[in-house]
Amino acid sequence: MIATKVYVPGDSAAVSVGADEVALEIAKLAKAANIEIEIIRNGTRGALWLEPLVEVQIAEKRIGYGPVKVEDVEGLFEEHFLQGASHPLSINSVDELPWFAEQDRVTFKRVGLNDPLSMSEYEAHGGLNGLRRALKMSSDEIAAEILESGLRGRGGAGFPAGIKWKTVQDTQSDIKYLCCNADEGDSGTFADRILIEGDPFTLIEGMVIAAIAVGATKGIVYVRSEYPAAIAKLKAAIAIADEYGLLGKSVLGSHFEFTLKVRSGAGSYVCGEETAMLESIEGKRGVVRSKPPLPAISGLFGKPTVINNVLTFSSVPAIISEGASSYKSRGVGRSLGTQVFQLGGNVKRGGIVETGFGITLHDLVSGFGGGTLSGKPVKAVQIGGPLGAYFPTQSFDLSMDYESLLAAGGMLGHGGVVVFDTEVDLAIQAKFAMEFCAIESCGKCTPCRLGSTRGAETIQEIIDGRNVSANKKLLLDLCEVMTDGSLCAMGGLTPMPVKSAMINFPSDFEDRLAAKT
Amino acid sequence: MTHATWSKSAGLTVLEPLRDEPGPVLIALQALQEEFGYIPAEAIALVATFFNVSRADVHGVFTYYEDLRSTPPLANEIHICVAEACQAVGSRNLEQAVKTTYGEQVRDVFCFGNCALGPTVMVNGVLIGRATPAKIAAAIK
Repeated sequence: MIATKVYVPGDSAAVSVGADEVALEIAKLAKAANIEIEIIRNGTRGALWLEPLVEVQIAEKRIGYGPVKVEDVEGLFEEHFLQGASHPLSINSVDELPWFAEQDRVTFKRVGLNDPLSMSEYEAHGGLNGLRRALKMSSDEIAAEILESGLRGRGGAGFPAGIKWKTVQDTQSDIKYLCCNADEGDSGTFADRILIEGDPFTLIEGMVIAAIAVGATKGIVYVRSEYPAAIAKLKAAIAIADEYGLLGKSVLGSHFEFTLKVRSGAGSYVCGEETAMLESIEGKRGVVRSKPPLPAISGLFGKPTVINNVLTFSSVPAIISEGASSYKSRGVGRSLGTQVFQLGGNVKRGGIVETGFGITLHDLVSGFGGGTLSGKPVKAVQIGGPLGAYFPTQSFDLSMDYESLLAAGGMLGHGGVVVFDTEVDLAIQAKFAMEFCAIESCGKCTPCRLGSTRGAETIQEIIDGRNVSANKKLLLDLCEVMTDGSLCAMGGLTPMPVKSAMINFPSDFEDRLAAKT
Repeated sequence: MTHATWSKSAGLTVLEPLRDEPGPVLIALQALQEEFGYIPAEAIALVATFFNVSRADVHGVFTYYEDLRSTPPLANEIHICVAEACQAVGSRNLEQAVKTTYGEQVRDVFCFGNCALGPTVMVNGVLIGRATPAKIAAAIK
């Protein structure tokens, strides 16, 4: 008899709510009952609200139970969960759960399905198809296909990946580099981490395809130090890819050479800015560089460098294997393909939601998210990380794409959506945005370095009810200076949460002393 | 996690494999901290000499990065996420409670990427989602 397959995620989010203990308990009770099972530590499938999500393979279906606590395991055995029996925690077939069925997973197609370090499972689920096709194409054709797909930088800037690749391709140099930005510092974002922990070969494959397209021979993945499990998983995956011949002197037996290394960040948010990241990889202080020159022309160690986010590189294998037309048939306007949204904060059903661009904020937050965790009404939603705008529920019909968000005074950023209930005070959040900038500013330019501190002080004045209207005017002035005068997005975008909070939630910025008297 | 005791020769053993790395200062400091748990003042000078860069450069890198520390780790290291997604689920109150109880052992972190299961705290390298004072207490040595 073949052992029943039981999946218990080894992803750090699942582990943070007890997945390791659950896996141990299942193994222990199965052994005691003399039942043969095979426990597979997959990545998370992204339904973090169900974690730890235990799945049992029954014929072609995976029957899910979640969220499972250690003390639930005995009951699951008693109710015969290994036969897929019903139980209060059962969600039946995981793939048929509307939360999953209504998504359109392209980049996240394989994430969380299998053992992340199994190359045979990877190939069995379509892995390496993109690279194998790319090896039959010319480098021009690969770059053209990516441009045609409409893929834009998923890190936040939204720059067309194909144009960036073409620039590096056309720049002559003895050596070219590929840098993957996995310094996912935005609060409310976790897609890079989950992808690296759950399907690292997809990232590696995407980087290999990019390397072939632009003629790069060395690649570096810069992962933030707050993600130790992702760093460990990626290092293990690279070792396996080296052994397999996916990386190294001869990629899958071709004449292409590409080696990949992991570098750990050291606790600096601004190192997620691409030029600060390059400085950090070069071993220096993570201070932002002036542009031009663009990194595509003069990047790491002064050489032409493609810098893309984890999600950008990881979308490449699917685009090359399925073709650009399939990818760009999704999305709206100039925002083509899918976006991996991340629902977090005070939300009932948080996690990874990958859909085509153009889903409304309402369908994301109330539909997939199910409203707040606390049960109180939603008051605000911050989109795009700590530098993104705060939106009220009046904006719930907003289409989630690059252009619509920009027009509404916000940005998509890395696709993080953080939900707040009515307890939130937007003046406090605005002050936090300035304080965060003050702490994380690299210090190179004055508007960011000093403006952030003055901004936090000014908002405190408003909160304390001192010269409120004059201080609000001063704050807007300061925001303008920071927006126009900062060297990079750190200082340049910090005004976005501040101004959006002031505009969308004016009552939180009223004179509090006057209101009391 | 146990760390080795610092000595110049032990430091050189850590640096030797990095001799030919391009831009080695940050990875050298990270490697030293991993080995010894912190970066003693003497190590700054050692890195400067070893890679033929100025002490000011090494000091500049050392002081820039939040992770790098000049003192040995404490018995318990508690890192609490104080960023927006955790604020939305009450991390400000948790932060106050944790700091009152554990004082200097607590360090602020901006995001562990566990934003759907906050508040998030890391105690001695172990990530705790939906953190409460009781869960944290259970993880303390």
